[in-house]
Amino acid sequence: MILVQLVADGLLLGAVYALLSSGLTLIWGMMNVVNFAHGDFVMLAMYIAFVAVTFLHVGPAVFVPLAALMLFGLGVGVYFALIRHVMRGPMLAQILSTFGLGILLRYMVFWVFSANFVSLPNRMAGGVLAIAGLRLQDSRLLAGLMALLLTVGLHLMLTRTAFGSRLLAVAEDRTAAMLVGIRPDAMQALAWGIGAACAGVAGALIALFFYISPLVGDSLVLIAFVTVCLGGFGSIPGALVAGLAIGVIESLSAWFIGAAWQDVVVFALFLLALWLRPQGLMGKA
Amino acid sequence: MKTRVPLVLLGLAALGLPFVLHEVYYQRVAALVVLAAISASAWNLVGGYAGQVSVGHAMFFGSGAYGALLAYTVLGWPPIAGAPFGIAAALLLAVVVGLPTFRLQGHYFSMATIAAAELIAIAVGNWKLVGGAAGLMGPAAPRSIADLSFRSPLPYYYIFLLVLTILLLITARIERSRLGFYLRAIRGGERAARSLGVPAVRTKLAALLVSAGFTALAGSLYAVMIGFVDPESGLGLLVSVQMVIIAALGGAGTLWGPLIGAATLIPLEETTNAFFGGSGTGATFVVYGAIIVLISRFLPGGIAELWQLVRSRRRLRAA
Repeated sequence: MILVQLVADGLLLGAVYALLSSGLTLIWGMMNVVNFAHGDFVMLAMYIAFVAVTFLHVGPAVFVPLAALMLFGLGVGVYFALIRHVMRGPMLAQILSTFGLGILLRYMVFWVFSANFVSLPNRMAGGVLAIAGLRLQDSRLLAGLMALLLTVGLHLMLTRTAFGSRLLAVAEDRTAAMLVGIRPDAMQALAWGIGAACAGVAGALIALFFYISPLVGDSLVLIAFVTVCLGGFGSIPGALVAGLAIGVIESLSAWFIGAAWQDVVVFALFLLALWLRPQGLMGKA
Repeated sequence: MKTRVPLVLLGLAALGLPFVLHEVYYQRVAALVVLAAISASAWNLVGGYAGQVSVGHAMFFGSGAYGALLAYTVLGWPPIAGAPFGIAAALLLAVVVGLPTFRLQGHYFSMATIAAAELIAIAVGNWKLVGGAAGLMGPAAPRSIADLSFRSPLPYYYIFLLVLTILLLITARIERSRLGFYLRAIRGGERAARSLGVPAVRTKLAALLVSAGFTALAGSLYAVMIGFVDPESGLGLLVSVQMVIIAALGGAGTLWGPLIGAATLIPLEETTNAFFGGSGTGATFVVYGAIIVLISRFLPGGIAELWQLVRSRRRLRAA
């Protein structure tokens, strides 16, 4: 029974990881840029949730869309102000720019809110749902299900709509996309907006059950990197499968080996997987 | 021989710098600049010349730092005597981590190196024997000269300068050697290089071994000077990233780039620290982050690019 409980907890957490990583993989796959500030986008969204709850006294129904919207704006802004210019440069300039951006965001928040850990009040989805002998925290259930829904929705949007086709067309071949009348700049800006919005929603959802601090993005972004590498760059179904798997692995190893070692297990399995399949589990060779 | 003149001047300036900077604070910053230049130059061999962007060099730096302080805490030796062990551990790590990850391309390689370094950092943080999360301390008071525990930053400055000079000489030598051409060929396109008979894996491993050894030495020197290391300061992600940022800022894959980067970034960090009153407020890193973003936005090839821009303009005008 404990095993089922652990797997269920892991799947719920994994769904949030999947959404978090979908944003990263979208940007990564579309323009081969790794956003090292992605974890800081998540952190920013957590603080948006915190401020919205503390000062505006609103619930998740308001602060989740609010975080998504604000992060969307940030993503588009970052694209036009920064990414568009460094995209054609060497890979190092890209790493430098997004990492610098991450440091900038992280310490701006640090400056305003200090390094203290904060968290949302417990009454926010603080109940426990008991079904079939499983005990699931409402906050994690809400976060997991919403994340799962949005990840699948994002995948459908990319594969089933004209807008998604335009995005993928730019990813496939920029010049050819221009020839058929698609503006790559607009598409890439939207990809950054959507990618950041994914981080925004994931952050607002994680805030429901996780501590909030300026440096919280660091550990989350590493998990997201692993998820994206395992799933293959640009693959949302890959991110979903890898995210769920990592959630379950973390949950199991935290129980059987100890919480301090859960990330070690994830990283070790990741290295092993890369060694066996250098292009990711679902990536193209 | 004409080209040697600026070099000699630079060397003299470096040797004479402490006589101009009388204050201990500035001398300390100068020592830290040289130390950062050592690790960034070492990173540059793999990350710059070969274009294999490792974001896990903290594992080598940490090997050196932990090797030095473990020699003191476990064996009671002077910390610097632990440096060879630290370097040996780093070389071993380089082979163990390098061989499997060198098959990976581009971002995959970066991510694998991050994961490997992070794995080691967490493991060390949970391992009591090597200090766990609390870290290790060096000798509280110098027992003999061999402890290399000085109140003035000057001895450190000159030791670091000596190591940096050796490293830059080796790098310059590699630059002009067959190995240097191989490395740049690999950066240009690994498949093409292989097809022309470049032994890619062996070449990358050779560069990584030199790089890891010197990064570990930088770690040992750091531990000797600071007298303390914990998983965050020795093995943390920021340690790796700082090497990348310094080299990229100055100009990766150039001999002087890492030195320029260190001479820019470290004083900047210290000045903003002093200006905003300690690193406690976070304002320091806001400035730090903003400047990194601005440089990558306007000078994607690093500060060294500025020099090339000026030179090519001048050449155009002459023509």
